[in-house]
This record gives sequence, C-alpha cells and structure tokens, in this order.
Amino acid sequence: MKKTIITVVGKDTVGIIARVCTYLADNGINILDISQTIVQDYFNMMMIVDTNCTEKSFGDMADDLSSLGEEIGVVIKCQKEEIFDMMHRI
Amino acid sequence: MINIYEVTETNNMIEKENLDVRTITLGISLLDCMDADLGRLQEKIYTKIYEAAKDLVKTGEEISKEFGVPIVNKRISVTPIALVGSAACRRVEDYVALAKTLDQVAREVGVNFIGGYSALVSKGMTPAEELLIRSIPLALSVTERVCSSVNLGSTKTGINMDAVRLMGKVIKEAAEYTRENDSLGCAKLVVFCNAPDDNPFMAGAFHGVTEADKVIHVGVSGPGVVKTALEKVRGESFEVLCETIKKTAFKVTRVGQLVAKEASKMLHVPFGIVDLSLAPTPAIGDSVADILCEMGLEYAGAPGTTAALALLNDQVKKGGVMASSYVGGLSGAFIPVSEDQGMIDAVRAGALTLEKLEAMTCVCSVGLDMIAIPGDTKATTIAGIIADEMAIGMVNQKTTAVRIIPVIGKGVGETVEFGGLLGYAPVMPVNPFSCDAFVNRGGRIPAPIHSFKN
Repeated sequence: MKKTIITVVGKDTVGIIARVCTYLADNGINILDISQTIVQDYFNMMMIVDTNCTEKSFGDMADDLSSLGEEIGVVIKCQKEEIFDMMHRI
Repeated sequence: MINIYEVTETNNMIEKENLDVRTITLGISLLDCMDADLGRLQEKIYTKIYEAAKDLVKTGEEISKEFGVPIVNKRISVTPIALVGSAACRRVEDYVALAKTLDQVAREVGVNFIGGYSALVSKGMTPAEELLIRSIPLALSVTERVCSSVNLGSTKTGINMDAVRLMGKVIKEAAEYTRENDSLGCAKLVVFCNAPDDNPFMAGAFHGVTEADKVIHVGVSGPGVVKTALEKVRGESFEVLCETIKKTAFKVTRVGQLVAKEASKMLHVPFGIVDLSLAPTPAIGDSVADILCEMGLEYAGAPGTTAALALLNDQVKKGGVMASSYVGGLSGAFIPVSEDQGMIDAVRAGALTLEKLEAMTCVCSVGLDMIAIPGDTKATTIAGIIADEMAIGMVNQKTTAVRIIPVIGKGVGETVEFGGLLGYAPVMPVNPFSCDAFVNRGGRIPAPIHSFKN
C-alpha cells in the first residue's frame, strides 16, 4: 500500500478537517489514521492516507492540497511515508 | 505506525533547522570517450554527459517534492580530465577547450557544478597531467561551473613536492586570472592528500577510475539539526553529548540513504555511497562552528576546539555508519570559513587563526577550506601551507585538502564576497616567514613507515 502523510499546521478555524476530508473523498483517497492537537491556538493535524485508488499524481495532489491550505489559511504538506519510516524506525 | 510527534520532529528539522540533502552527484566515467582527436573527444564527452544527466535535475526535484525535503544541489562528477584528454591535448588551450565543453553541458542539463577537471599526481606527473595542471587558471577563468582538483599525495605514495610547488604557483595564477571577481577561481580549486574516488562534494568531486560507468552519490547535511539537539542537553556529561550527536547523525543520514536509493531507482544508475558530512552554509543556523559553541566554547578557535571537533566528527561517523548501507566520500564535519557564519564571526573576533584551523584539520573530515589570505602571499608560502596539510593527511591516513584564496588586491582584515553558497570571508593573516628553500628542493617526500602494511 502506498501511504502518504498529510500534515496541516496553522491558526485554528472552523472546518479545516472538513475541507481537507472533502478533497480526499472527492479524489478517492482513503484516510487510515488522523491525529490532531492544538498547541497555543495552533492547529496541528496529521493524516495517514492510502493513495492507491486515486487517479491524481503525487505532484498534483500535493499542489492541490497546498493551494487548498492557502485558501483556508493553513499550511498543508504531503510527504511519502518512507521519509518518516526511515528516520524513526530501524 | 508513525505518530504525530515523529512527523513534527522530522518536519521541524526540515523547516526550522535547515535539514537538507546537500547534493545528489552523478558520477560519470569518461574513459570510453578517449580519442586522439580533440574535436571528436569533445563531442563524445558532451554526448555521454548529456545522455546520462539530462533527467538528473528533474529527478532531484521530483524526489524533493515526494518527501518534502530540499535537495539543494544536483551535480556531476567525471573521470579526471587529465586522463581523458591525455591522447588529444597537446597545448594548454586544448585542455581549456575540454573545460568549456564540460561547462557547456553542465549548463545544458542544469547542474550548478561539474567536478573532475582533475589530475591525480600523488607520486608523479605525466606530461598530460602537468599540462592540465598548468591549464587550470585559464580554464577556471573562462568557465562558470567547472571545478578542479589535484591529488598531491597519499599515505601509500608520499607527497609529490614538485606538484605541491607547482600548485602554489597555479593557485596564485588562478587568483590573478579572476582578480575582477575577488579571485573566485580559487574557490573552485582544491588540492588533496588521500582524495577519495567517490566524493559527492565540490570543489573536489571527481569520478574515480575505480568506479562503475555511472554511479549516484549523495551528500547529506544538517549542522542546524545537531545544534538544536545539543541545546536540549546543555551541561550534561560527554556521554550524553556524544549519544545525542550520534542519534541525530543517524536520523539525518537515513534521509540521505532514502534519497540516494530513490534517485538510483529513478535514474537507473547504481547507488554508490552516502557521504554523511556536516556541511555548513552561510545561512544563519546552518553552522558547524555554532555546534562547537553549543558544546561550550565561546568561539570556534578557543582552547578545546580541536577536542570538540574530534568528538563531533567521530560521533557523526558512528551515528551515520549504521544508517546507510554504503558510506564513503569525505564523511565527517567540514570546517570551511567563508561558508559558515560562526567561523566568520570567530575570525572577526580574533579567536580563530590559520594555525588553529590547521590543528582542527587533523581531526575533521577534510582540511583548510575556503580561507581568504592576502593577495600578496608568495606562491612558495602557499606551497608550504599545502605541504603541511598534505603531511597531516599522509601521516594520519585521512583525507586532507587545501582550498585557499589569495585575494588579489586585498589585505588582512578586508572582506571578500564570493556570493551564494560560497559565502564571504575576512582575509586572514599568514605566517610571514619564508619556506622558499624547503619548497624549492624538488622531488617527493617518501611514504611514512606505517603505510607498509603488506
């Protein structure tokens, strides 16, 4: 399974998760795990998603989510899971 | 599964602490391009490099996007040109024509540097190698992206003092030829003792003759990450300090390993090595000197600096070795002056001298790097500085290097601007006493006794 980590960081506001999830649902991207914290009013979310069924290329998905982030006023990043696995798992 | 804290830690390293992959370097053998006809040789070199590297920059950018980690430079290293051009080049201008070909193809494929305008003369020079060395000043002044290196000695062969003396003159000439640009030519020229065949970092990268036809080497960096990790263990014992550096180096190197494997897969080129070096840049927070200060020194250069650097270099290697399947290149801590804000500050404060830097090179990964000296320094004095550094490498069985810039028209205390990643530097004083009679003896220094291990 090809997993991607999506992180969302920024000022908390109504509907951040909804907007991101709508985009993912529209593009056939399945959410495997979500965790979220708020530190000093800052919204911090991480999603692990399965990108096997989407027709979007990785680059397009990353660009789409990045512009969605700009609309909402948060920073959205997409990264393949391997970078975290390599760094934190032996 | 990966948790949010791990993700945040990685992304903080990238966004706040300047973690990056410093370079993906594609090594290309040009041995099969050799030809006695200069025109044909140039054409073959151009075609081989272009075909091998046309997707390099694009691939680097793709990988960077996929993992969200910057890959700062994409570069090429080639077989030492002294060998490749030996049958075709009869005059200095012939070698310079090859440099122009390299420059042109580098620009065409979009890499910022191409290394390998080099000669390996640790024991002796062939006429072709001597010719290439003599062509370096002109070649560096008429090209933009070509980097040059010369290996002058090794633990196995001793030091070629004829070549050392010649390089003193060549460095002065290279400075003269590029005097309009603060003698920038010398920033693209490095001399080595024990040069590795698989170094991905410039200016000293070349594709060794022991390497395969093509190979991917990756250089990782991240002094800022180490410094931030050390901020959390202030006042703790050396054991804790060392463990912290080791763990951090492991994490940083894993990113290099991942990028190297991915680049190798995408470009269909075998993965060579990861060079796990702490390479600073002039950016604030990307400094090796700052790590030394974080360990407890007021400035780099203060008493204790050599010990601190030895510890750092060793722990970086220990942490990195387990993180990568193949480690090579220079691997350790780099201590360039102009490319490291902390080093520049130390020189300005009077804490760091050329002599202390020389001591530091006994325990760091390379040598005297990006040091500006007065433009009126004699060629023999430069040769003497080189000889000292080569001796350190030869006796300690390590790579050492010299990349110094005698800045024509400038004196001690003035500042030189090289621009970009090369940074800026205050001109440092050089010991004024003569070594002419020593350097002018000629011949070579024999290999040390401990090199005879057979």
